[in-house]
Amino acid sequence: MPADHTEELGPQARATQAVLASVERRPGAAKPDPILIADNVKRQFGGLVAVDVEHVQIQRGSITALIGPNGAGKTTFFNLLTGFDAPNTGAWTFNTRQVAGTAPFKLARMGMVRTFQLTKALSRMTVMDNMLLGAKGQIGERFLSSFIAPLWKGQESTNRARAEALLARFNLAEKAGDFAGSLSGGQRKLLEMARALMSGPELVMLDEPMAGVNPALTQSLLQHIKAIREEGTTVLFVEHDMDMVHDISDWVIVMAQGQIIAEGPPDSVMKDQGVIDAYLGAHHDKQLTSTGEALTESPGGSA
Amino acid sequence: MDWAFVFSQTLTQALGITAIIYCLAAIGLNLQFGYTGLLNFGVVAFVASGAYAIGVIVLTFELSLWLAIPVAMGVAVLLSLLLGIPTLRLRADYLAIVTIAASELLRLTVRTVLPDYLGGTQGLNGKIGQQFHDLNPLPADFESLPVLTWTRQDLWVVIVGWGLIALFSVLMLLLVRSPWGRVVKGIREDEDAVISLGKNTFAYKMQSLVVGGIIMAFGGILWAVAKQSVQPDTFVPDFTFFVYTILLLGGAARILGPIAGTIIFWFLLAGIGEFLGQAIQAGWIDFLKPTDVGAIRFILMGLGLMMLMIFRPQGIFGDKKELALDAR
Amino acid sequence: MQRRIASRIGMLLVAVVALFGVAAMAPASAAGDAVIGTLTGPDGSPVTGVAITVSNEAGFSGSTTSDAQGNFRVEIPEGGTYAIEIDVTTLPAGISLAKPEDASRELLILGGEKKLLVPLVSGEGGGTAESGTSSGSGSGVTGQQVVQLLADGIMLGILIALGALGLNLVFGTTGLTNFAHGELITLGAFVALLFNTAGLHIVIAAPLSVIVCAVVFGWGQNKVLWKPLRKRKTGLIAAMIVSIGLAIVLRYTVSLFFGSGPKTFEQYAGQAGINIGPFSTTPKQLVLAAIAVVLLAATVIWVQRSRIGKATRAVSDNPALASATGIDVERVIAVVWTVAAGLAAYAGIYLGMTQNSIWNMGQRILLVLFAAVILGGLGTVYGALVGALVVGVFIQLTTLVIPPEMKTVGALFLMILILLVRPQGLLGRRERVG
Repeated sequence: MPADHTEELGPQARATQAVLASVERRPGAAKPDPILIADNVKRQFGGLVAVDVEHVQIQRGSITALIGPNGAGKTTFFNLLTGFDAPNTGAWTFNTRQVAGTAPFKLARMGMVRTFQLTKALSRMTVMDNMLLGAKGQIGERFLSSFIAPLWKGQESTNRARAEALLARFNLAEKAGDFAGSLSGGQRKLLEMARALMSGPELVMLDEPMAGVNPALTQSLLQHIKAIREEGTTVLFVEHDMDMVHDISDWVIVMAQGQIIAEGPPDSVMKDQGVIDAYLGAHHDKQLTSTGEALTESPGGSA
Repeated sequence: MDWAFVFSQTLTQALGITAIIYCLAAIGLNLQFGYTGLLNFGVVAFVASGAYAIGVIVLTFELSLWLAIPVAMGVAVLLSLLLGIPTLRLRADYLAIVTIAASELLRLTVRTVLPDYLGGTQGLNGKIGQQFHDLNPLPADFESLPVLTWTRQDLWVVIVGWGLIALFSVLMLLLVRSPWGRVVKGIREDEDAVISLGKNTFAYKMQSLVVGGIIMAFGGILWAVAKQSVQPDTFVPDFTFFVYTILLLGGAARILGPIAGTIIFWFLLAGIGEFLGQAIQAGWIDFLKPTDVGAIRFILMGLGLMMLMIFRPQGIFGDKKELALDAR
Repeated sequence: MQRRIASRIGMLLVAVVALFGVAAMAPASAAGDAVIGTLTGPDGSPVTGVAITVSNEAGFSGSTTSDAQGNFRVEIPEGGTYAIEIDVTTLPAGISLAKPEDASRELLILGGEKKLLVPLVSGEGGGTAESGTSSGSGSGVTGQQVVQLLADGIMLGILIALGALGLNLVFGTTGLTNFAHGELITLGAFVALLFNTAGLHIVIAAPLSVIVCAVVFGWGQNKVLWKPLRKRKTGLIAAMIVSIGLAIVLRYTVSLFFGSGPKTFEQYAGQAGINIGPFSTTPKQLVLAAIAVVLLAATVIWVQRSRIGKATRAVSDNPALASATGIDVERVIAVVWTVAAGLAAYAGIYLGMTQNSIWNMGQRILLVLFAAVILGGLGTVYGALVGALVVGVFIQLTTLVIPPEMKTVGALFLMILILLVRPQGLLGRRERVG
């Protein structure tokens, strides 16, 4: 679509897109270097099948978008992959390691860090404390060593320096001493993303990172996501606005009614009749969210 | 009315043994509820387990008090594990109901079973704290401090009690200012977020429950030593609610919150009691009987708890900024 | 076969009772000042497990329970005036004080052993001592006794259901874990008592109390306290702690105005028992239970059928969605509070008429209500009813194996066990995460 689309691509983006060009454009397509492979992941709520994914692979180093109309099961699938919900059946590997049934905190330690659709900023803690919580392997987080400050002071100041650098990058440096609860909705999204990066994850999974963020901030958020990828981190994100997705993703996976119905680069997916039909069925939802208005915390969000 | 007497009695109670016991329980609760967000409604069970462990070891088994103290701490750890393992994965209100139920279950059980060991409904009464009182360094002819009218024996307990409060407060300060404290505060704010950052929140909640429980058990240890008596029916759920009121009054998640809360709470409670008692005796108030004073103190305490929670959940010293954040 | 099991349980029971009896005898060997006595039922059999508390102004307080021989003994430090209280709720069903004022009295004790006389009659429970629920009678367990306990358990279950249903409706629609629900029960009894002592017959005072409580303590409480708190977006945990404060205020207000002794209504206090087949009861118990069943059925039908009832379920499912579909959520909540308080008030009258009314009666039953609600499933209508019946029968049947004063322990233990195995309760649904 836009002419300048390819010009702003970094080397990592160009390489990934070149590799993905040869991948089949069908649900469950095999990728040359998958970081995450899921098989037969199924989750039922009573009689309702929320997620029923036969097979999916996520390419390492890519920005992959998981899109679909409201109620398609995107967030539920996210919850399953990250261990926050248990599937009825299914198995998946992260870096070739079987991780189904692994506790969510262990998955995070392995390098699979997620954010949430409804932002979980820790309100009554400062922005800096939020950031520091993200760092891995902290000596001072062990009960007994916590009493002996010299044991962890050094590590703490290293972490603090990293947090300051990340905050500066996300335009939050001045807010470091403020309570996270005093940030705007968009700033909280940024904080949550920055916090996720504190642990140096291999795969960041962002659940609707653009929801409720104003258009100006959305642009900078998109830039941040691209930058993360250029540093070698794989990004998988949930979104239901197709336009947002088009701009930044290398690969798009479309879910509807719990199943994956299409896969491919953004341009080809958006021409897919099945995808268009799935969206038209939920036309109103799309209209509501593409204006980027205030974050609505109603439970009517995606399931 | 003898105002000086009212004041002296009030202050003596506000800083006295009972206040110290409540303060220790509130420090433990501050870690569990204030910092970690665990809704433990079974505070009294931890205090009782400490007191009973001391009573049973010293009176029933006639062993040393110095052996009894580590045993009491062990019992508190055991109780934390028993309560925590099933409930810490459940929702907050389930923890509340289970812990209050467990505290009643425990009270009803100890007053009935093994009366040879636990003393039945009369509990354990005797020279529980003798070994402690033998160490009293105060001169044998000690009469009393000015204003604060403790006996020689009580003053010794009060000194050690406030020492314990200082010790635990310093330890808490180190703990909550460390990265460990940051994790538990994160759990209080949003457990899922902390899990997503790779922390084993269950382990942290358990540690918080255990450490808080041990501090509460020290309240029970002091109780048994000072009052030389452990009776089941003093360990009722109202004790727990008193502790919550104290913590909320002084401010949860503040190191000095439990101390400020205890002194203010007992000063008000004792002051109102002394004042009403005197006023009724002096004939100033004729529509109340001396026996009504207890009920009135409870009513005021209940009202205080409601008002605090509604209007100042951050405590009387908290700042408005936090209040605004709390209304998430 | 049944008889053999029953007789074995009986032997076990005798052994247990004997054990407790011997143990309880131990402190009685000590000499000194004490309040002593023997509790004997109207048929001459010992009455066991009755709690007696002796206290004085100086802060001394001692308590005990009567042992297998009906003996009790409370040591006192010195002569003086002592308040002696008998916990009438620990009296076995079917036995009550001949003089209700015996429950709380002041005595001047000069020293030595003061013998206390406590005449007992077969009161409200009626029937013979064998059919009572006293496990300490030593007469062994008969099939008839099991039937009697089952019937008692169902009656108790109906009473618990009255409280549990309201508690669950309020939880379902507002998310509030209401620790002051027990006090709604207390208030029901004492408002009725107020009308009753003012001269109204209990048949008039009772429905009047239910209406007053429903309107003032249900609708009014929601209007004055909970609705503004919801507007302020007070968190659920904060609201729970507010309800604890409210419970303390209400409980001690009742004690301030009505005193701490147990009270009975002026009519039907000591009614003769009747036998219906294998179990015995009193006419008032049957009438009260029948009305309770009608009230419970009416509430269930209302929730299932009526427009506002259906709206209640919609609000319980998802308040935001219900509100979006045009349901007036606040109106539904107001109605739910009114119904819940009315049911609780009736439960209080039921309890007050079959046993007695005491200032902390609601607090005593609250944890049992929670047990029923958790057992059945927090927030579900049928769950509350099923949970209540299970808890009621369980409490009564456990008196076969554990001392009666420990019967709540069984229910609380059952609740914790259920939480371990099936946290959503017997009829609850698993929650969706995320």
